Amino acid sequence: MLRSSRIIPFILFAALAAIPLLGLFIRDGYVLSLISRVMILAIAAIALDLILGFGALVSFGHAAFIGIGAYAMGILASHGHDGFLTGLLAALAASALFALITGAISLRTKGVYFIMITLAFGQMAFYTASSLRAYGGDDGLTVAARSLVMGGKLLKDDRVFYYVVLLCLIGVYGLCRTIVASRFGRVLQGAKQNPQRMQAIGFSPYPYQLAAYVISGMIGGLSGFLLANLTEFVSPAYMSWQRSGELIVMVVMGGIGSLHGAIIGAAAFLLLEEWLSGFTEHWKVIFGPMLVLIVLFMKGGILGFIQRVTGGRHD
Amino acid sequence: MTDAFLADAVLSLRGLRKNFGGLRVTDDVSLDVLPGEIHAVIGPNGAGKTTLIHQISGFLQPDAGQVFLAGTDVTRLPPDRRARSGLTRSFQITSVLPGFSALENVALAVQARSGSSFRFFGHASGEETLNSQALAMLAEVGLAERAEITAGVLSHGEKRALECAIALAMQPRVMLLDEPMAGAGHDEGQRLIALMMRLKARIPMLLVEHDMDAVFRVADRVSVLVYGRIIATGTPAEIRANRQVREAYLGEEETHA
Repeated sequence: MLRSSRIIPFILFAALAAIPLLGLFIRDGYVLSLISRVMILAIAAIALDLILGFGALVSFGHAAFIGIGAYAMGILASHGHDGFLTGLLAALAASALFALITGAISLRTKGVYFIMITLAFGQMAFYTASSLRAYGGDDGLTVAARSLVMGGKLLKDDRVFYYVVLLCLIGVYGLCRTIVASRFGRVLQGAKQNPQRMQAIGFSPYPYQLAAYVISGMIGGLSGFLLANLTEFVSPAYMSWQRSGELIVMVVMGGIGSLHGAIIGAAAFLLLEEWLSGFTEHWKVIFGPMLVLIVLFMKGGILGFIQRVTGGRHD
Repeated sequence: MTDAFLADAVLSLRGLRKNFGGLRVTDDVSLDVLPGEIHAVIGPNGAGKTTLIHQISGFLQPDAGQVFLAGTDVTRLPPDRRARSGLTRSFQITSVLPGFSALENVALAVQARSGSSFRFFGHASGEETLNSQALAMLAEVGLAERAEITAGVLSHGEKRALECAIALAMQPRVMLLDEPMAGAGHDEGQRLIALMMRLKARIPMLLVEHDMDAVFRVADRVSVLVYGRIIATGTPAEIRANRQVREAYLGEEETHA
């Protein structure tokens, strides 16, 4: 119990906390911005892992929540409501509502149908955003500045913003860890393992899966809110189906059903992408086969590989 | 509800009917399970026994007829609601939660009837009330030493015992057993029979079973199902003596024996 499942997240968070300190010497805003992006997408990947890894719900439209969170921030800011708390609450509320409605419908289906219907809802969100002429349509929406904290431009400093994102990541990770170990988490995992047995015990999986879907959607919304703040730009591209696919890849590549695997997956995905695209614009030709190899030869993703190498127990 | 003999029956079926396409798999089935009894349903393969269990437990909706649990009509309730009302079933093929430990499997059943499961905080594995009750049930079926083992790697017999512990943890008013002896070895079968005899005063059972020896040893009453229809109900002795039953079913078995 004490081994990899506790030590690895601790090392991850410590390393992330140390990066800006290294930046004192490198003086490179680019690194801070890149790692901020990694952490923001890690938040979304954890959100997906909560329902995918612990509920076997393969959502192929999870990028929609990133987009909804981002648009909530961007649209409010464009009307002059640029407070941090206002934007955050709007992002959470909007993504919760979208998750509640789409989840209530999607969760009536199973397996491949669930994948297809979440994809369809994701595409709906994408095209809706593209048609928002008042907010940039296809071109997206430039946000004037990061959200204000108590009327002050605290987040303008990249380092401060970095630590805010890191705190959100740790908070989300802690929350999901707690949920997974709770009574609720047990029911969710039971429904993943054997829904029929759960019904015979007296649990209907549906309300639990829906609640998990809404929680996951809200965390995705948080991720989008932070992304809009990082880039000071909001675009329909945030919720394209490719983005949803990338989130699934991150979770699977990092190690599904572990939560911190999602952080590793997001980091590996984005850093590889960044690194490879430095060599050639056809980096996807290299990246694609690499993903295939990781999935084929690293059972349990990168995390499973680490655990086997370090002799940690696999659970 | 006006039926007089519903009064003390724990479980009553009235005119259950189910068609799969043109095939009538359940044909006007009515029977009662009384307190303290094991009521067995026997019948050749394809007689519709498992389909019947599915309809009683709510996994299938009957086309017509009603299911009463202690006088309350539960025909329209989903399986989870029936389970929480005290209608517990087993599965023909062992069905446990393979990723959880034996203790967690049973603790989840305790959790289902004790308080809300919409609790997002607090470790479920640290809840002493859940664990102590679960452990007591595991002890009752002789699995106490295996409590921490992942259910998926338990032997077949241990999984069967675990299912019993799960069922007991639900504190059922009546149990539906779908061929519990299927796949059981001789010793295991004897243990199951002993367990059923021990429990029946507390928990009446509807037993669907293929193993005739077992049925005639444990059952207080037997109903014979042929092509979805009950052709006779009576004590084991009466059923053995029933000519219609012998022709339809037992005779055929005996010539094989």
